[in-house]
Amino acid sequence: MSETMGTEAWRLDGNAAAGLLSEMFARDVTIAQATCAGCGATKTIGTLFLYAHEMGAVLRCPGCDNVVLRLSRTHTHLWLDASGARSIAIPFAPGQPT
Amino acid sequence: MTGPTAAPSARIEWRSATVRKVIEETSSVRTLVLDVPGWPGHRAGQHVDVRLTAGDGYQAQRSYSITSAPLAPHVALTIERLDDGEVSSYLCGELAKGDVFELRGPIGGYFQWDVSDGGPLLLVAGGSGIVPLMAMLRHRSMSLPDTAARHALPARLLYSSRRWSDIIFRVELDQLVGADDTAQVTHTVTREPPPDWTGFRRRIDREMLSQIAWPPDEKPRVFICGPTPLVESAATELAALGHDPSLIKTERFGPTGTG
Repeated sequence: MSETMGTEAWRLDGNAAAGLLSEMFARDVTIAQATCAGCGATKTIGTLFLYAHEMGAVLRCPGCDNVVLRLSRTHTHLWLDASGARSIAIPFAPGQPT
Repeated sequence: MTGPTAAPSARIEWRSATVRKVIEETSSVRTLVLDVPGWPGHRAGQHVDVRLTAGDGYQAQRSYSITSAPLAPHVALTIERLDDGEVSSYLCGELAKGDVFELRGPIGGYFQWDVSDGGPLLLVAGGSGIVPLMAMLRHRSMSLPDTAARHALPARLLYSSRRWSDIIFRVELDQLVGADDTAQVTHTVTREPPPDWTGFRRRIDREMLSQIAWPPDEKPRVFICGPTPLVESAATELAALGHDPSLIKTERFGPTGTG
């Protein structure tokens, strides 16, 4: 099995990063729309490709493979690199206070 | 706030969960029925993060799908033991009634279904990928007690397992189909089907999906959950059959499952 195939088998959905994302955002951003800075496509964050590790998570665009979000958790910080997202639009969840 | 219309909590806190009951589902899968004080309610398809802390402070964390319906009296998780899974081997091993661990949730607003979202409902599962889909089937049954409402929202499940004895919730699924002619369950048993088995015995493919799924113009809501290769293959084939990709929601478990 090639390294690429191995990586693909470990791919998860952005939805699975909901717990870590909830530490950084006050709202559920798995239902938010992120516009990829690489290709300009707009995708629901829950549908981004997630590569999760003990240290954190990398969320990639399913269209162009650009890294949209990088999240990490250390003993002292939560760390977010959102430079791969041109914008993130977070809808109000049903019933959630606006 | 409880019940199916409860909003996802904006702040997701760690809570302590106490094991009320352990149900051995198969030789490697068990259900943990939990008491979770302060549980805010969930939607079918959502998951929780479980955190275990060792005496030396070392922490390990994994995600597990909720298997109970939103209206069920207790939150339940169904967990598969993985040979190298440091969290699942504990939850499926020494953990017993009365034990306590930490969880946070419900989380994940994307992979969820409520009867108000409509149907028909097409569910595709591989192995322990049945867990969040079982919550959807239970939710459908509990929320639609009368036959007319169920006819308006039929459900079909295509479920791939390696062996007959690996099928999680087999008896409950049989009972569900026996009591509800608007629900259909199709098994494919890929490695060791029973001797008299006349059903599918291969991996899920396009032909199988075209036989089981509603035609694309009926716009079924599709939820696919299981090992990543199965999920990606099923999603690709359904799109190739003409199903709207925006109606296909996926939950990948990695190469074999969650940890």
